[in-house]
Amino acid sequence: MSTADRPVSRPLSPHLQVYRPQLTSTLSISHRIAGVGLALGLLWLVVWVCAAAGSGEVYGWVAAFNGSVIGRIFLFGWTACLFFHFFNGIRHLFWDAGYGLDLKDAYTSGWTAVVAAAVCTIGSWLIASLMR
Amino acid sequence: MADLRSPVARARGLGSAKDGTHHWWLQRVTAVALVPLVVWFAVSMLRVAPDSQAAVRAWIASPVTMVMLILAIVTGFWHAVLGIQVVIEDYVHAKGWRIGLDMAVKFAAAGLTVAGVVAIFKIAFGG
Repeated sequence: MSTADRPVSRPLSPHLQVYRPQLTSTLSISHRIAGVGLALGLLWLVVWVCAAAGSGEVYGWVAAFNGSVIGRIFLFGWTACLFFHFFNGIRHLFWDAGYGLDLKDAYTSGWTAVVAAAVCTIGSWLIASLMR
Repeated sequence: MADLRSPVARARGLGSAKDGTHHWWLQRVTAVALVPLVVWFAVSMLRVAPDSQAAVRAWIASPVTMVMLILAIVTGFWHAVLGIQVVIEDYVHAKGWRIGLDMAVKFAAAGLTVAGVVAIFKIAFGG
């Protein structure tokens, strides 16, 4: 069906490239990227639990990866994804309920989510390193 | 704002995906459920994550951990599958790849969920 045949003319999504990045759009795509990252981390959580159920040798491999430089970078990234997606997700739930949709509120809640995620990510790794 | 749907589409109320708000709503239900589960998980990881295998097994074998960890894994994968489905639908335009990838993600999530639950039961009841 050609465009002319459509019963109503629907609006087209604007192309992403014509916009200067803003906090609102940056956090929107970050939420999605963090979500995909969290799924990968969830996969690793199951590997870790399965390794704990298995032999000491297998658990040793998983623990060795978690303790390695690459493993720590991965786990730190997962922590950051978790806290950002958590706080930004709560922001989305408030929007879904009809609150905080004004531009000013969206910016305030956006920065709140970023700061809360940063504090919790760095704070949890600091606490974890102090407890070891 | 003008309603862009045709009258029959409005009456059916199911939209282009043919399932109405079902997917959207389940994503919100799992999101709300994950709020307390993530808080519990983050606090638990602070205590347990760097520990020995024996300590991790003892943590998993406790009834509260079993309940919360199984809920977190099941709800987490459920929420992830709903989210990744939308990502695939947005970016993968070839129909075969779109359907195949979405199926593959769902099969993988189902397999990993069951594997996680079985591992938890094995630790708790495997002797």
